[in-house]
Amino acid sequence: MPGAADTALAPLPPRSERPRLLQPRVRRSIIPGFGLTLGLTVGWLSLIVFLPLAALALKAAGMGPAEFAHAALGGRAIAAYKVSFGAALVAALVNAVFGTLVAWVLVRYRFPGRRLVGAMVDLPFALPTAVAGIALTTLYAEHGLIGALLVPLGVKVAFTWLGITVALTFVGMPFVVRSIEPVLADLGHDVEEAAATLGANRLQTFNRVIFPAIFPALLTGFAMAFARGVGEYGSVIFIAGNMPYRTEIAPLLIVTQLEQYDYNGASAIAVVLLLASFAMLVVLNLYQAYIARRGGRGE
Amino acid sequence: MRRAIGQGSGGSTILIAIALGFLALMLALPLFTVFAEALDQGVGTSLEAIRQPDAIAAMKLTLLVAAIAVPANVVFGLAASWAITKFDFAGKSLLTSLIDLPLSVSPVVSGLIYVLLFGAQGWFGEWLGDRDIQIIFAVPGIVLATMFVTFPFVARELIPLMQGQGRDDEEAALSLGATGFQTFRRVTLPNIRWGLLYGVLLCNARAMGEFGAVSVVSGHIRGQTNTMPLHVEILYNEYDYVAAFSVAALLALLALVTLGLKTLLEWRYGHSSAGGGH
Repeated sequence: MPGAADTALAPLPPRSERPRLLQPRVRRSIIPGFGLTLGLTVGWLSLIVFLPLAALALKAAGMGPAEFAHAALGGRAIAAYKVSFGAALVAALVNAVFGTLVAWVLVRYRFPGRRLVGAMVDLPFALPTAVAGIALTTLYAEHGLIGALLVPLGVKVAFTWLGITVALTFVGMPFVVRSIEPVLADLGHDVEEAAATLGANRLQTFNRVIFPAIFPALLTGFAMAFARGVGEYGSVIFIAGNMPYRTEIAPLLIVTQLEQYDYNGASAIAVVLLLASFAMLVVLNLYQAYIARRGGRGE
Repeated sequence: MRRAIGQGSGGSTILIAIALGFLALMLALPLFTVFAEALDQGVGTSLEAIRQPDAIAAMKLTLLVAAIAVPANVVFGLAASWAITKFDFAGKSLLTSLIDLPLSVSPVVSGLIYVLLFGAQGWFGEWLGDRDIQIIFAVPGIVLATMFVTFPFVARELIPLMQGQGRDDEEAALSLGATGFQTFRRVTLPNIRWGLLYGVLLCNARAMGEFGAVSVVSGHIRGQTNTMPLHVEILYNEYDYVAAFSVAALLALLALVTLGLKTLLEWRYGHSSAGGGH
């Protein structure tokens, strides 16, 4: 039912002037192909995206509230949510700090190799997750380059909760950097110079001028990194250890239950993950709409 | 660029050092590890590992899946961006956000929904079973799951680009007597070719590298339903590290080529990275 949500926001014009659902408003546009391209788009979207998602919704709806709650909120499932959401949150926070720093350095400073570094930031988008997973596991395992330094100090990363966080930091990093970069580049030096002229020191300039300007973009990047982390699978399962109740992420629990032919259990957990990420998406969109209305730098 | 806060002071050096240190630890070291582990026993051993029949079969399947999913995605992306940017209709912004929906679905869930639809216990399972058609644990399921996860990739590059270019060029061509298809081929396509290439690049990288969604629907039959990322997992779990990292190194090379071409496109034609944007 596209259109309903759209038109509900504004007062409706008289019925005769209302565009009919999925009909062009400008009837006499000379550009052809509206029916063909929109039909293809909606048809394809329905087949590839809506139909399978509807299968999941029907499966969950068919379970009945008691069974659904039992499957979605059982002890092992709750433990898995805690691992997934907790590690994704910590990873997104780490990325918020270091991602902002990386974006700042890339936008504001000139140093040899800056363009190469800038291009490499997208590596986690381009590198298949399984490849990242086995590489990180090897690095942080007992005899790996980093593991060999940390394990004698009593810090175990591979096969612990910490390892999951490292993997999620890897996959989430570009979201934060790429969100903030264009805003920082747009910001210009004049506002900083104005602040400095008015007697602000560097810390004050950052806290009062720069940070408020990049905050909406930072929040967007943070939320995207967090959402990605909650659902992430490939880069995590190698380094996680996968111990039920301790280092088992929610997507892995879905796979485990599927392998045991427990389709209801898998579907219930999938619905919880989906609802969580849709909720984040809606909150983020509302926030961006609010920022845009206020005339801030929401984009 | 002019001097900004901290520019030229000791502070800037420290900030640059911390940022580069973080990136070296998080990005460079894992990438280095892939190639170092692959070449651990010499180039010959690695080359032999990727010449194994199962590895070759995995490469062929990965190429086949990408060869179906990417063109399908291009057709959809062109149709969606044409409909959305050349016409005004109610529900347009909703449609635009629905196209992005697969980006916020966990890869594992993306696979699960196809199992629920086409698996033996799924909604169409019995119908398909009666006709001996296998989708799940077979190549069609892998293609479908890949199409789902790559769904928005071309459209989300083209929609902002075509929005910015407006409709004047097409309207001029049409009023001069060009047909709709001529207009698309001679006017629109040249205007959007770099953006289209950019979308294809990202779509292809994801199609070849997808793990979670494909893992759920594949069934992991060696030599038959194993894509390259799934083959990496099998080899790794069998403690055949050199072979696992050799196949992984091929995928890492693909990622590096993708990044290189993407950066080239950005420099050449000023396309800003949309990977993490919206």
